[in-house]
Amino acid sequence: MLKAPRKTGLVFFPAFDWAISPTHPEREERLLYTQDQVFEEGILDIEGIVELRPELATIEDVQRVHFCVPDVESAMTESHFISAGGAMTIGRAVLDGEIERGFALVRPPGHHAMRMVRGGRGFCQVNNEAIMIEALRQRYGIRKVAIIDTDCHHGDGTQDIYWHDPDTLFISLHQDGRTLYPGLGFPEEQGGPNALGTTINIPLPPNTSDAGYLEIVRDTVLPILEEFEPELIVNSAGQDNHYSDPLTNMNFTAQGYAELTRLLKPHIAVLEGGYSIEGALPYVNMGIILSMAGVDYSHVIEPDLCPESIAQPPEVTDYVRRLGEITRRNWNERHDRRAALRANGQTILRRSRQVQYDTSGILERQEEAIRLCDDCGGALRIESVTDQGVPVLAIHIPPHACDACRQTGRDWFEQGKTGDFEQVFLQDRPNDRFEVA
Amino acid sequence: MIIGLDVGGTHTDAVLLDCRGVVERAKVSTDETDLFRSVLAGLDLILEGTDPGCITRIVLSTTLTTNAIVRNRVEPVGMIVCSGPGLDPEVHRTGPDYHVVAGAIDHRGREIQPVDPDEIVAIAAGFRERGIRQVAVVGKFSCRNPAHEVRIAELVEPYVERVFMGHRTSGHLSFPRRIATTFLNASVYPIHRAFFEAVGGALREKGLSAPVHIMKADGGTMSLEASIDAPGQTVLSGPAASIMGAIPAAPAEEDVVVLDIGGTTTDIAILVGGVPLLQPVGIAFGRFKTLIRSLQTSSIGIGGDSHIQVSDGQLAIGPDRCGPPRAFGGPEVTPTDAFVTLGELNAGDAARATAGVTEIGERLGLDEHAAAQTLIETACDRILAAVDEMVEQVNAQPVYTIHEMLDGYRIRPTRLLVLGGPAEHFAPYLAARSSMKVSLVPDWGVANAIGAAMARTTCEVSLVADTERGLVSVSNSDAQWRCDRHYTRVDALRQASEALRNLAIESGADDEDMDLELTEDIQFNIVNGFSTTGRNIRVSLQIKPGLIHGYRLPGSASSRLFRSEGC
Ligand SMILES: [Zn+2]
Ligand SMILES: [Zn+2]
Repeated sequence: MLKAPRKTGLVFFPAFDWAISPTHPEREERLLYTQDQVFEEGILDIEGIVELRPELATIEDVQRVHFCVPDVESAMTESHFISAGGAMTIGRAVLDGEIERGFALVRPPGHHAMRMVRGGRGFCQVNNEAIMIEALRQRYGIRKVAIIDTDCHHGDGTQDIYWHDPDTLFISLHQDGRTLYPGLGFPEEQGGPNALGTTINIPLPPNTSDAGYLEIVRDTVLPILEEFEPELIVNSAGQDNHYSDPLTNMNFTAQGYAELTRLLKPHIAVLEGGYSIEGALPYVNMGIILSMAGVDYSHVIEPDLCPESIAQPPEVTDYVRRLGEITRRNWNERHDRRAALRANGQTILRRSRQVQYDTSGILERQEEAIRLCDDCGGALRIESVTDQGVPVLAIHIPPHACDACRQTGRDWFEQGKTGDFEQVFLQDRPNDRFEVA
Repeated sequence: MIIGLDVGGTHTDAVLLDCRGVVERAKVSTDETDLFRSVLAGLDLILEGTDPGCITRIVLSTTLTTNAIVRNRVEPVGMIVCSGPGLDPEVHRTGPDYHVVAGAIDHRGREIQPVDPDEIVAIAAGFRERGIRQVAVVGKFSCRNPAHEVRIAELVEPYVERVFMGHRTSGHLSFPRRIATTFLNASVYPIHRAFFEAVGGALREKGLSAPVHIMKADGGTMSLEASIDAPGQTVLSGPAASIMGAIPAAPAEEDVVVLDIGGTTTDIAILVGGVPLLQPVGIAFGRFKTLIRSLQTSSIGIGGDSHIQVSDGQLAIGPDRCGPPRAFGGPEVTPTDAFVTLGELNAGDAARATAGVTEIGERLGLDEHAAAQTLIETACDRILAAVDEMVEQVNAQPVYTIHEMLDGYRIRPTRLLVLGGPAEHFAPYLAARSSMKVSLVPDWGVANAIGAAMARTTCEVSLVADTERGLVSVSNSDAQWRCDRHYTRVDALRQASEALRNLAIESGADDEDMDLELTEDIQFNIVNGFSTTGRNIRVSLQIKPGLIHGYRLPGSASSRLFRSEGC
């Protein structure tokens, strides 16, 4: 009888009755063949691999992360509560010591969902990983978490949620934003003033293969991870870097994904995108599961794999190598850059931007203000209005906020109540409270 | 009239039923070394004075294949496996004659690597040289396309006595379980066939011409003829027979837990609406995880003859049995001795039993009366805890759609139905310690044989239609047929029910006992480049375990109800 060296948990929630639309890439059939492969391989019979039933995320779990306008219920369907709940189930099982590693094979995905939710973005409504991480922080008191987003699309939602959080290291490896949705995730995007450097973007050129991907992980990602010393490593495991994916232009294989998982050693993997539902997903998911559990994955090879046709061009190899150098340099200089931002004595830093909710066809304008703070992530204030109107104000006080930031956040909330907003939200994380006025 | 006969580990139970109920019942000791004699002895007893011509149905349940596997008294099997990508197929090795060959099918039933006939013929010749007569051929995803298995079987057949194919076992996905199941079928085939051909012959000599059915692990039956093709289905049929025997006593509107308390173990099963729950995939049996459909049971090593010990002032019960209870000359104290000590069971040597319980009592600081009670109560608490655990486990089984997740039926049992040898003595104690109603199955001593007699033929088919490929395949059959783009779920349901009906008739079912039940019903758009190019339709139908029509038994109204003192 086959035995897994590492006790590994799986939540399998293919949501066979949920789709964005009948022919949309994010549709019922997406995990069908993956489920077929997982069942046919007898993965769930391997001693040491357990299947867990997903819990339902609660509204409170969502409100720890998001500002849903007008409310959580209208942003989410049942499947979103289950998908986020599935990630939470894996997280809890890991922290309870029930399993060493776990993989939430759930849909719908979540890594394009930002802190503010005014519609659907890139097939995502809410951020499964963030909902899980904040639930775990609340329940188990863990602090330092690393998220490695290996979906082919930039994890702009997760980046946004952790932009100001120095306790969360967010590393996104993705196809260069100049060639793919959402067009973001450049090396210059390194986090807000209180968390500069803990957001790391590695935009890989089209046609990057296993070789380049694994090289940058080994030489750049792993040393940074080691230095950050996270208590928990989360992998946003998108599978759209695969050579057969219809939406992207990368050349990753199932073996590459398995090897990537072996290198990253994530405690928790959460499925993100991946739309080659027949040619890639069954094999990639097998590779990831076996690798997590420590079971031999060398026979997991796509039937149509032709290594010559996806060999990495030399110019890509050079480009990826330079990208690694830039990334390591940025990481090493992060303290100096953080100090430089404080040189002119400002106490509040502002930015304004537009956010596109492509899945819902909504455009949002945000005015963001962050309190510069050396003691915590800083109080955060977001004014938001969409092209359909409805201005709202959202205040976030981070979990380990200093007294000054707590006060600032409260003041902003009180002042906001008299302002010209349809709704004013307060995410008071130190007290684990969410208020709406 | 019909006959049910269950050869168990210690006893062989037999009953003769007519439309009003049990006419004859018999219990004889099982001779483990000669099950054939046990079968005939049981039949002789209940047939005394009955015209064999009046018998219309005979159902047998035996430990034959179970014992053969447990004691490894099975024939060597030659195994041929086609794997394709995935786990290393070596991890599924069944024995020395295990051959991984060229040939692979993918999840949609498409060939991704052809079979190499020369390779197969060379292996088959080797089988013949080594005297291997049974061969199992199993391919990954063969239930989506059996072509490779069929081709390999054709090539091997001239060299051996019998070839079993994986896709004939089940429509469920699980390559390792398909390997184990096909291997078991092949390895118990000679012993099963020899035994039942002999039984069939002996019955005819007695003038019994009624069809003979064999009990399966899923609480259903199959004809003797059908069992020759799938002998593995008969493993662990004994516990299933007992559970089926409890059904007449189960109120249909309640969730019911069935406890079959034996000498060394207690088997737990759950009835929902009078129907026993089935294992989601298949039975796990020793080192084998299989696709053999079976009732969902859980077993705890506590029974009337479980060995009782005291260590560090704590009572430990089971899981071993060290011979019979003290009262019957055995070496160790058992719950049975406690019942004897309390005067609740009038059997064996009461003085020996009491002396044993007194010894236990001394080490617990209790007199023999209190010790006997504590001992029984501890056993009951362990059994009840196992019941809770099983209910929890069943309720935690994963589901895959939003609808199932939100509307998931949760089992909340309100009644315990108790049967088996010591059931009568345990029942009042269970009632006092459980919030559930506790009742004793009428005829609890031979309920297993009644269950066998009345169990109907069960079977299952799964149909997968892929309208993009234009192909329909159905489990347990070599056939695949074409379909066009207009093929719908309704067509799939019609063809699946036809296939199920045919299979049921082949397996010995009666037309009136065919309650078809839909167990899987999903369909997906197959999309290529943002347009729908076909549908993937999957339906599974079963005839679920249940009782045949026309035989009435005392129902729940007449079962003895035990009330806890609080009520
Ligand atoms: Zn993606
Ligand atoms: Zn602060």
